[in-house]
Amino acid sequence: MIPARAGTFGLSAPGVLLALFGFASLLAPFMTLAANRIVEGKGLTAWQLAGPEVIYPGLLSIIIGLILGLFSSWPRVRLAGAVLGLAGLFWLLSQSAPQLLQGAGEYARVSPGLGFWCLLAVLILLMADALTQLSPRPMTRLGLLLTIVTVLFILLGSGALSDLSIMKEYASRQGAFYNAALRHLGLAFGSLAAATVIGIPLGILCYHHAGLRRIALPILSFLQTIPSLAMFGIMIPLLGWIASTVPAAKAIGIAGVGFAPAFLALLLYSLLPVVANMVSGLQSAPESVRDAARGMGMTLMQRLFRVELPLGLPVILAGLRIALVQNIGLAVIAGLIGGGGFGTFVFQGLNQTATDLILLGALPTVALALTAAIVMDVLVEVTQPSQSAQHTQGMPRKPS
Amino acid sequence: MIEIDKISKLYDGVAAVDEVSMTVDTATITVIVGTSGSGKTTLLRMINRLVEPTSGEVRINGKSTHSVSKTDLRRRIGYAIQGHGLFPHYTVARNIAIVPTLLGWSSEKIDDRVDELLSLFALEPDQYRDRFPAELSGGQLQRVGVARALASRPDLLLMDEPFGALDPIIRAQAQIDLRRIQQTLGSTIMLVTHDMEEAMQLGDRVAVMDQGRLVQYGTPAEIIQNPATEFVANMVGGVDRSLRLLSLFPVSEFVEDGSAEGESVEANTSLRDALSICLWTGRDALPVVQDGSLLGRVTLDAIRKRAAIS
Repeated sequence: MIPARAGTFGLSAPGVLLALFGFASLLAPFMTLAANRIVEGKGLTAWQLAGPEVIYPGLLSIIIGLILGLFSSWPRVRLAGAVLGLAGLFWLLSQSAPQLLQGAGEYARVSPGLGFWCLLAVLILLMADALTQLSPRPMTRLGLLLTIVTVLFILLGSGALSDLSIMKEYASRQGAFYNAALRHLGLAFGSLAAATVIGIPLGILCYHHAGLRRIALPILSFLQTIPSLAMFGIMIPLLGWIASTVPAAKAIGIAGVGFAPAFLALLLYSLLPVVANMVSGLQSAPESVRDAARGMGMTLMQRLFRVELPLGLPVILAGLRIALVQNIGLAVIAGLIGGGGFGTFVFQGLNQTATDLILLGALPTVALALTAAIVMDVLVEVTQPSQSAQHTQGMPRKPS
Repeated sequence: MIEIDKISKLYDGVAAVDEVSMTVDTATITVIVGTSGSGKTTLLRMINRLVEPTSGEVRINGKSTHSVSKTDLRRRIGYAIQGHGLFPHYTVARNIAIVPTLLGWSSEKIDDRVDELLSLFALEPDQYRDRFPAELSGGQLQRVGVARALASRPDLLLMDEPFGALDPIIRAQAQIDLRRIQQTLGSTIMLVTHDMEEAMQLGDRVAVMDQGRLVQYGTPAEIIQNPATEFVANMVGGVDRSLRLLSLFPVSEFVEDGSAEGESVEANTSLRDALSICLWTGRDALPVVQDGSLLGRVTLDAIRKRAAIS
């Protein structure tokens, strides 16, 4: 019998820490009420938000959730606690916003405050910690992610949060928001695709030729160290010059500002993780395996496709994961040079000192990066070459 | 027949293998033995052109190894190495089928061959066919590695320290199995080892390498009795030499008429073991039996005579 199941009430160290931090966060302003979207608002703690019929169920769920997170022996209970706490958090947010706006004036804005964000972070960390304890199988993780994304969309689509300032910013820019989302995805995935098309053959060449490897990898590392703003600074005159001297380049949309320099900069940044992981992925096949493959008369291509690529696939995909997550974050900078994407909102918001507009750009970027990271992690795990005969014992077979 | 003709390999002007010539007969085991850095592995790898010789030539059944492409050559030569080199993402059956698949055999022919080899190596096909290397023991991995090297019925099997990673008991069994399988299939084997004991045990002929040169090439008995250089004498081990020599001969070759007291020994017992029994039980002669019938006896005198350098 597992002692942890025997009913001992062991306390989870991260659980205790999160609960302490969570209770402290309850004392911080939960929401802010401002006269308009620019001026600084007034902070309101959780119990000042609305009537008891709203506050009690919300606060109770959060407190119970944090307490449930303490029991290290029951990861499922901890997970349930995190979900309960999050439900309480969003209940408070959605129920109190309309009440706060009542009689506050036409331009009044409510937005989540420090306390809300801290509690959100605490509860998400609690959820992640409980999930780590449960270590779900890759497909379960994918299912969980899908559930969370669906719940988020339902929550946003239901209008329950539409009184919040950030949602008002969204409502007045719906068209621009979808364009920015498409452009952001286009920049991140497009540059990754281009980096893959260039990086995979380059990685294979580097793997076979030590000389090329000694030149290419340091150059790519150097590119990686150029700060992104400086990179755009180099791109603008460079591409501007190309556009002005080569008419054909201009015709396909190459210009000093806009999509082209942003795309090119992201492409250059993602080459290092793609190429470096390609090389170490191919090298990850044991020396004896590579020697045997050669000694049995496999050609260069047969060794590549039957031995080195399948055995290196997890490492190669990990490189693509790094590049993708990095691109999603870096694509924000594209907003600065007219490249579009969520960065547009971030920089507009910075200029107008409108925090909610900044968040309208930043939050979807963070969500996108997290989702991409989780999906790619699952892919990496699923592609681990099957090295056991689990399927012969009636268990589901991992794809090989 | 494998003919190695004045083959050399230079690295930066230094000879790793220096003008080695030797001839290997079909259906025999030839063991190349030497210390590390003696060039024995380089010599072996030049036969399937994993290392290209700087000069000289290798001929298999009269044809130069340079008359065919490297890949075609290697598919005709079995290759088994230390640490087995099995593909971790392939099942046992797929591993064994690698070379037959490269040669384009039909799938029925491949399946039959895989089962035949697994049975030959005492691995129940139904039980082991679909396992992955990670699920096998060291001894089993090594057997699958050799089975894979034999899969396409190669003209020649090259083995580089094939038993290096095994513990002594499994290693001894693997050596016995290799002998049995080589005799069953009539394979020609060239095996590299640093272990003189293994060389004596397995080799029909033994080639001793030192600093890139072939210093002696002969039967185990020749090498023990007449070591060509001091280096060879050291390799076969000073004081143990007589015992090593005795371990090469079965008592059946030294049976004489007459009777002896006490428990009998089998005809295939080595002289070394017979000597040990004589000393342990204080007898001067042992009765020898074969298939339950008495052949005669072997005497301590006869053993002593064989052990002395003639």
